[in-house]
Amino acid sequence: MSPLTALRRMAAPVVFGTLLLIAWQLFVDLRQIPRYLLPSPSAIGEQLGANGSDIIGTAWASGRNAVIGLLVGIVAALLAAVVGMWIPLVQRLLTPLASAVAAMPIVALAPVLSIMFSATSDLPRRIIVAIVAFFPVFVTTVRGLTRIDPVHAELMHSYAATSWATTRVVRLPGAVPYVFNGIRVAASLAVISAVVAEYFGGLQSGVGSRITSAASNTAYARAWAYVVAAIALGLLFYLAALGVERLATRGRGAEHT
Amino acid sequence: MTPGEQRPGEPAVALRGVEKVFDAAGGSESVTALTDVDLDIAPGEFVSLIGPSGCGKSTLLRLVADLETPTTGTVQVFGKSARQARLDQDYGIAFQSAGLLPWRTVRANIELPLELRRVAKARRWQRADELLTMVGLSDFAASRPHQLSGGMQQRVAIARALAEQPRLLLMDEPFGALDEMTRERMQGELLGLSQRTGCAVVFVTHSIPEAVYLSDRVVVMSPRPGRITEIVPVGLGERGRRDEDTREDAAFFAAVTAVREALRGHPDHAIRTGRGVEKR
Amino acid sequence: MNRRLERGLRSGGYGVLALVLLGVVWEGYKAVGSPDGFSIGGVRLLPRADDASMPHVSQILQRFGRPEVAAEGSPTVLVAVLRAMWFSFRIALAGWAGGAVVGMVLALLMQRFRTARDALLPYVVVSQTVPLVAIAPVVVGWGGNLAVLGRPWQPWMSVAVISGYLAFFPVAVGMLRGLDSPTAAQLGLMHACAASYWQTLVRLRLPASVGHLIPALRLAAAASVVGAIVAEISTGTRGGVGRLIIEYAQSATGDPPKPWTALLGAAALGLLAAGLVGLVDLTLGRFVPAAAAKGAR
Repeated sequence: MSPLTALRRMAAPVVFGTLLLIAWQLFVDLRQIPRYLLPSPSAIGEQLGANGSDIIGTAWASGRNAVIGLLVGIVAALLAAVVGMWIPLVQRLLTPLASAVAAMPIVALAPVLSIMFSATSDLPRRIIVAIVAFFPVFVTTVRGLTRIDPVHAELMHSYAATSWATTRVVRLPGAVPYVFNGIRVAASLAVISAVVAEYFGGLQSGVGSRITSAASNTAYARAWAYVVAAIALGLLFYLAALGVERLATRGRGAEHT
Repeated sequence: MTPGEQRPGEPAVALRGVEKVFDAAGGSESVTALTDVDLDIAPGEFVSLIGPSGCGKSTLLRLVADLETPTTGTVQVFGKSARQARLDQDYGIAFQSAGLLPWRTVRANIELPLELRRVAKARRWQRADELLTMVGLSDFAASRPHQLSGGMQQRVAIARALAEQPRLLLMDEPFGALDEMTRERMQGELLGLSQRTGCAVVFVTHSIPEAVYLSDRVVVMSPRPGRITEIVPVGLGERGRRDEDTREDAAFFAAVTAVREALRGHPDHAIRTGRGVEKR
Repeated sequence: MNRRLERGLRSGGYGVLALVLLGVVWEGYKAVGSPDGFSIGGVRLLPRADDASMPHVSQILQRFGRPEVAAEGSPTVLVAVLRAMWFSFRIALAGWAGGAVVGMVLALLMQRFRTARDALLPYVVVSQTVPLVAIAPVVVGWGGNLAVLGRPWQPWMSVAVISGYLAFFPVAVGMLRGLDSPTAAQLGLMHACAASYWQTLVRLRLPASVGHLIPALRLAAAASVVGAIVAEISTGTRGGVGRLIIEYAQSATGDPPKPWTALLGAAALGLLAAGLVGLVDLTLGRFVPAAAAKGAR
């Protein structure tokens, strides 16, 4: 890809976004749209500036919940996948559960988790993030661990390699791209789950709680300012996941997943 | 383990009355991949297996490698069962696809069998150096497989197969995916390697010239059911003396013709002279 | 089709087994756990095991059979939950259908025009990081000013739009991948036959994309249920599972099993929706071998 083409490809979404923002602003101004219907980009920007420090503080709180939940979920998923290799029952039980979890709003567990654990700690939210992160990572890791190139399998058999040696030398490194597929999905879900989990009461320390309180006071420009923060946080997590993936798969070349 | 270390006269590979039937899977009939196979391969001998699809040549190789077990008959490798030979790592194997692990460097790929045998790091490094020189890839020790061409990847696979100095090399159409020029070059290299190491080679191929150029004997097989129809001795003189010019010898063409006719099923025309292009 | 049905049933069987095991673990923990849970340094790491925090499985199941509220003529919880599930299901269905259409149109657009793909795809991806609670007021507000087919905007339509917002994403991404899936050799063949864009689309790309579309539709079904439930909460729409979860959660202190009944209803709804698409997958799978292979994912 020539540098010019690459530039053009990267410019397209930026140009599109800018045009969208301009059109949005003009639409709100020219048609005198009231604030409660659709806040203008400038109003949102104003609110971003006015609430800057609180935005950063709440983003930090939500981000922390998301990170802790994400890490716990990832570690648990990796362990479960590896255990599932030796005890197929584990994998067979968790896989339909994964589909079920994907189909239900896990964040709805927030109120009951608050009762079970505590309404005044961040733990219920972290548990929700961990659950949400667990399943995508588990599913893709299992996929990666069970897929083994037949040539590699025969090669290891010809070396009279033990099952553990084959796992260590072929399956585990081979599964790495798959693991990261799951981590990327989990990273994006982690933030949105952490934020949405805050709608259901509990500690008012994160971005979600600010969004709901602003919305209930019909201060929509302020609500959207926090939404922008949530989006930025989600992007950050996704890019971080991408970055770690690049580091971990350095020098491998393209592997088909 | 050096190539001389066995009882004189004992074959490297001995198959007796071998039959392999693959059972029906979900509705289809069972397939007799091999029937009535008797074959001896002497130590240091280069034998090719050739025949059309379904003749059982790959199956035969896999039986020797203990990647399959025979339905009846025995497979002996250096006087042991095939399974024992595999456990003792008496052979090295190379497939049509190089099967290099993409996340390992070339050196690490070559070291793989040694790693699995828990050979010390320093010794592994040294052996890898030797093998890299042998296949002419010393400059690529730190490269990754995806940076190498197909031919180079196969050379790494062959180096890996030779890592533990096996007395037997099993190869299943290793040059099948390469272009003709690279193929001929690799054949020359393989000849040299097999001479230097003195190992026996069982080589599966589709290509008649390749079989003739490399081998002491060509085992011709045919399908339905898979069996050996004829074994053609290649009268090209010592393998160590063969070079690129050999491909244009009359004797070469005679041998190719002999194999071709064996494949067509005319055993009485097995030895012929004079067919082919004279280059003198 | 037999083998796939077999596989589906086996998976379902394991699902039931998993649920039973969860129940066993639940009761097991209740039997050995302390009513205060287990805390380290003031942070409760294991939940409270008393009946107020963790009602017995039997209590939860029994609660379905008793009346919703103490008032005269109140329906049983089971009836109330089923009614709510039906309410949300229809909205989610509308959202799923609408989201699927939007997703497919976007995919076609993005595949056809490179610039559209470069410009839009990042936003499509980022769209899913926007919390629904922020979109809800916008949709409701705008809806109030619109009329659809002569009838004024109903509250459920806002929920359907938001539900579609979550559903369109998997469809757009999946369909795009499917439209891109033909190999260079296949495309070269069409080109050599001087096939127009539309011919290539109808004869090559669309059939090739079915295998990707069906799993995407299944994901979209699950997403549409989640979207509908969260949207109901955000817009305050009554009658659906979302509202039920909030209402029952409010009775949690006095009536511990109640919130769990609503949650089970939500889970059941999601599974049902995904299962329905799975059924479609099973019947269509006969015609598209690729769908059968990818459906296993």
